[in-house]
Amino acid sequence: MLNWLSQISAITLANLKTLPERRGAAIAAAVGIAGVVTVLVGVLSIAEGFQRVLAVSGSPDVAIVLRSGSDTEMNSGLTHEDTRIIADAPGLARNAAILPLASAELFVVINLPKRSTGTDANVPLRGVSPAAFDVRGNLTMVEGRRFEPGKNEVIVGVGAARQFSGLDVGRTVRVGQTEWTVVGVFTAGGGVAESEVWTDAAVLQPAYHRGDTYQSVYAKLISAAALHTFTDALTTNPALSIKAVRQSDFYAEQSTLLVSFVKGIGITIAALMAVGALFGALNTMYSSVAARTREIATLRALGFGSSPVVVSVLLESLALALAGGVLGAAGAWLAFDGYMTSTMNWQTFSQVAFAFRVSPALLMQAILWAAMIGVLGGLFPAIRAGRIPIAAALRET
Amino acid sequence: MTTDQSPLIRIAEVDKTYRRGAEEIRVLAGLSLTVQRGEFLALMGPSGSGKSTLLNLLGGLDRPTKGTVEIGGERIDTLSDRRLAGWRARHVGLVFQFYNLLPVMTAERNVELPLLLTHLSKAERRKHVATAIAVVGLTHRKSHYPRQLSGGEQQRVGIARAIVTDPTLLLCDEPTGDLDRKSGDEILSLLQTLNREQGKTIIMVTHDPHASARASRTVHLDKGQLSAAAPA
Repeated sequence: MLNWLSQISAITLANLKTLPERRGAAIAAAVGIAGVVTVLVGVLSIAEGFQRVLAVSGSPDVAIVLRSGSDTEMNSGLTHEDTRIIADAPGLARNAAILPLASAELFVVINLPKRSTGTDANVPLRGVSPAAFDVRGNLTMVEGRRFEPGKNEVIVGVGAARQFSGLDVGRTVRVGQTEWTVVGVFTAGGGVAESEVWTDAAVLQPAYHRGDTYQSVYAKLISAAALHTFTDALTTNPALSIKAVRQSDFYAEQSTLLVSFVKGIGITIAALMAVGALFGALNTMYSSVAARTREIATLRALGFGSSPVVVSVLLESLALALAGGVLGAAGAWLAFDGYMTSTMNWQTFSQVAFAFRVSPALLMQAILWAAMIGVLGGLFPAIRAGRIPIAAALRET
Repeated sequence: MTTDQSPLIRIAEVDKTYRRGAEEIRVLAGLSLTVQRGEFLALMGPSGSGKSTLLNLLGGLDRPTKGTVEIGGERIDTLSDRRLAGWRARHVGLVFQFYNLLPVMTAERNVELPLLLTHLSKAERRKHVATAIAVVGLTHRKSHYPRQLSGGEQQRVGIARAIVTDPTLLLCDEPTGDLDRKSGDEILSLLQTLNREQGKTIIMVTHDPHASARASRTVHLDKGQLSAAAPA
């Protein structure tokens, strides 16, 4: 075994040392693989980033109550009476003043120009009740202050403030007939709320002629397990026609469509490029074996086995592919990680701001792709190297 | 291998045919040959007479189509590829016309290659390499790469590599074929010394009567068979 390994290391070392003589082909093959990895990482980091925003948005002990039959807040509607019954349901957490932690909310979409392109995009404007801040729990003002109830004031999430113009503190936003003053900027643990603009629901209702209706109730539960008690109490109440969803499930569901779409595109493009890179690696390794036919035959004549020859050619191909993979992964990480953008969330028809996310798992996945291309590209040349007819190949010049 | 007085090599009724398309080429035709231990045998003959093929059979690099090849009392024509590789590593030293050194390795590392197939420690390997390089008189050039060495020096490295495992049999395929007369003479003297002083059995394929004159016996091949006299 030791003997076998020392054969492999001797041949592999000799192979790798000849790389500079074949640098043109070697670099071309490695760059091809780097390209695959860059595209793969680049596209999948979009999905990862988007998925992460929605994943950190949901808390398991918060329930979102919508009208029965609605999948999103956009097509839901609740009366004032509905929201009052919901706020009285068992399982609901209460604050120090024994008031229920339930926020009846309105969700509308406004148009604002994107900073990057200047084109209008849909930005979610959410009207919330006073309990909203305690229900979310992770809202922090990073600039300015909260809006005052009853006034035409808004606060904006950092993601929205970054992506859309006109949302700086002190500026006014004109929506329909009304002007709203931006009074603060908040963070929400990286979640989707950071892409939203918030105001007092009681002010938003008349501005959008909504009377005394809402679209959803965000309810903080005493525990994650209390959802069943809460849901049962509401769904068995004949006066109500509602459904309650766990917030974490709600957002996970929202991300699936876009994430699987982006992943599908990313993997398809990368797979097509991988086929090209595979032929590059194959070609490089065939010519590498051809260039060393006499050397391989010499080693075989000296008594080296054919399996160490096969393994060493595979290792060379793998080394080349990994070099390309690391190069591509590093490039993708430098180019894409943290790149801020926003995209349409098709479930709410509004923009979600997020950062491309090149996660360690994604890098590992990309390196694995590179390794696979390397092994596949090296396989047939390696087998050919192992089968070189010694006597004939010794005399090749 | 044993150290008795029986012949080292016994080849009996060996045929070797190659197929080229539909054509069958008979390179060796019922050839028999016996070589005693300690002989320095020159194999001569025109191109295509089967010299190199015979040498390949003796080195276990190829197998006969028919007949037996027995070396040191062992039938090598029936060994599997894997066992044959091991047999080569233990018993045969090969010297090539074009040296066949690995260009990316120093002289020292080239000589060490066959020792990687043994169970010797690094220190022991280094000792054997130093001895082999000293025997061919290249101690001062041991850290040079093949491209930094002359043809004669490269062939000395090739010979050091062939003797580093202390094999009984040295097979040399036109060892002076690529060298000038002076370098060639030096290589032949070295082979003679190895034969006389270290008792190596040497079989050398050559075109050169000057080279064969250094051997203790010369056999001529013609059309795959031994011929009695040297061709004109």
